[in-house]
Amino acid sequence: MLLDVRDLYVEFRTRDGIAKAVNGVNYSVSAGETLAVLGESGSGKSVTAQAIMGILDMPPGKITGGEIIFQGRDLLPLKEEERRKVRGAEMAMIFQDALSSLNPVLSVGDQLAEMFIVHRGMSKKDARAKAVELMDRVRIPGARERVGQYPHQFSGGMRQRIMIAMAMALEPALIIADEPTTALDVTVQAQVMELLAELQRELNMGLILITHDLGVVADVADKIAVMYAGRIVETAPVHEIYKAPAHPYTRGLLDSIPRLDQKGQELYAIKGLPPNLTAIPSGCPFHPRCPRAQDICHTDDPPLFRVSEERRSACHFWKETLRDA
Amino acid sequence: MPELTKEAEEATPVGDGEPILEVRGLVKHFPLTRGILFKRQIGAVKAVDGVDFSLAQGETLGIVGESGCGKSTVAKLLVNLEQPTAGEILYKGEDVTRLSGRALKAVRRNIQMVFQDPYTSLNPRMTVGDIIGEPYEIHPEVAPKGDRRRRVQDLLDVVGLNPEYINRYPHQFSGGQRQRIGIARGLALNPEIIVADEPVSALDVSVQAQVINLLEKLQSEFNLSYIFIAHDLSIVRHISDRVGVMYLGRIVEIGTDEEIYDHPTHPYTQALLSAVPVPDPAARDHRERIILYGDVPSPANIPSGCRFRTRCWKAQDRCALEVPLLAVPAEFRLTEGPAAHPSACHFAEEKQVVPPEEKPKPQPKPKPQAAPDAPPDAPPGDEEQDAT
Repeated sequence: MLLDVRDLYVEFRTRDGIAKAVNGVNYSVSAGETLAVLGESGSGKSVTAQAIMGILDMPPGKITGGEIIFQGRDLLPLKEEERRKVRGAEMAMIFQDALSSLNPVLSVGDQLAEMFIVHRGMSKKDARAKAVELMDRVRIPGARERVGQYPHQFSGGMRQRIMIAMAMALEPALIIADEPTTALDVTVQAQVMELLAELQRELNMGLILITHDLGVVADVADKIAVMYAGRIVETAPVHEIYKAPAHPYTRGLLDSIPRLDQKGQELYAIKGLPPNLTAIPSGCPFHPRCPRAQDICHTDDPPLFRVSEERRSACHFWKETLRDA
Repeated sequence: MPELTKEAEEATPVGDGEPILEVRGLVKHFPLTRGILFKRQIGAVKAVDGVDFSLAQGETLGIVGESGCGKSTVAKLLVNLEQPTAGEILYKGEDVTRLSGRALKAVRRNIQMVFQDPYTSLNPRMTVGDIIGEPYEIHPEVAPKGDRRRRVQDLLDVVGLNPEYINRYPHQFSGGQRQRIGIARGLALNPEIIVADEPVSALDVSVQAQVINLLEKLQSEFNLSYIFIAHDLSIVRHISDRVGVMYLGRIVEIGTDEEIYDHPTHPYTQALLSAVPVPDPAARDHRERIILYGDVPSPANIPSGCRFRTRCWKAQDRCALEVPLLAVPAEFRLTEGPAAHPSACHFAEEKQVVPPEEKPKPQPKPKPQAAPDAPPDAPPGDEEQDAT
């Protein structure tokens, strides 16, 4: 097991009270495996990732419980200094918005070279050569000529490639990609996802792909964790979940994608809104929006029931959900 | 299309396929200038560069394309937020671009817009009642002063919001609710046409479906015609009767949703469709993907000939010299099938890129015991159609 997140809790102190962003999240990734974390805004998917990377803003954020076991040791008790050695070299992150994640006043070459200078103690000249090599590797045309250019001189797709190059620079064991293609057009998105998958295969990295796009997930993931209101409501191998979801929320997400055979009909829509994290509903947090909710759902918070060897569902009625799927 | 005389046009009740809106040769260039005192024009961003389409009453025309293809500029031109450089926008046969004053105002009342971002398109200092009621200040003839509050409450009810929220401010609503407010504002003047520019792109998946359903309900209730602009191809297919695909300021292919999605003939449409991730992991291995290389060229420096040729795998010398026209390609002109629709490509050919999805929704009753002697790779559930 490369990464094992166990029972993680994260809170944020806000003006309106304490926002419980992550409430007991468990997931794991092995080398060479792709885990897709699926969820809507406010589901806690990005906050969990930030906690793993150690880049949560604290305060207002606070990790109130859990463990993050990476390559056999818990990262949470580590000092910032040690954490920094892990970050970038052992695990790296790709962000959604490349334009605001790159430094606008440094050339992309300098930003790539920095990785080698800081972590590997290389000379400026060697690091620069490495930067060109990396840009070649993520297929930026004319890497040698463009290494001195600034982020604004690149297109959106090219900037995202530079982000990927930076994450790959030190050949980390784990990459976390937070909505890496959401800001890109579909044709460019396909290029970038293909590149990412190829590099992952080559380096046998673990990949956590955070997204809300069920299509992207179906394309690349090995397994899925669906998050809602800061917890995991369903985990499953990718093939099984699309065929037969075991949680009404997953079911709702899948059903709200327009399908050919439903043209002209009303789309299925999950009623209501995602919950306010300062006042998460009692019992199952999904019960106010759930078509299947019974009395027990108002009172008892469902644990992750074991559906099969590799599947879990946090629904009291997972059997019924699975049967009707 | 036969030219109609003025009388004939007035006699024909708009409704049976008669276009309520027709766009001919629409062009919008934004000049690029250099110099401070003496501005010289050194070029132009050709955002929209010759667009033609028509919209029938009650119809939804979807426009898809990647960022920078000019689809939003088309939207702004249609609602008169931008003046076209050339071309005509005919609303019931009358060229809107030549109108001014009172006549223009009357037309604009009938063409309303819903914007993409419900966070920036609502004034945070105005109450919902003021936002939705503001159109009545400009067009007081629609609703007498004393009647407005009631009308706004009706509108809130129509879009599925509580009429008692009339005194609340936009920040008190979620994204999906705000988009409903934007839609209510668009409906206030009883328009005939609504131009919706990426109306659900900023919303979460579960909320998108709610807003799409609302738009469809309103369309049948008020017999609205929609121009629906989006980059999400599956949503566009769901809501549209016809779809136009834009690339660098032009429509490269246009047709019914079936013609475009199941029988695309333009290589760009094919690439676009094949790039869309399909929410079905089983399709992962056996589907062909066309990965385009490079980026969209700058609209300030459009390639000669066919503007897609720099990324096209079929491009030949002819493509650099000759601009392909948007017409039914010669090879399909004599056929009747769904491939016979306008496509601006010299080498148009049919290619199915999206795996046909007619397989019924798998209805797996607990299936372990089902037909153990069936070959394991038999296509799933081919025979169990209409089981209900």
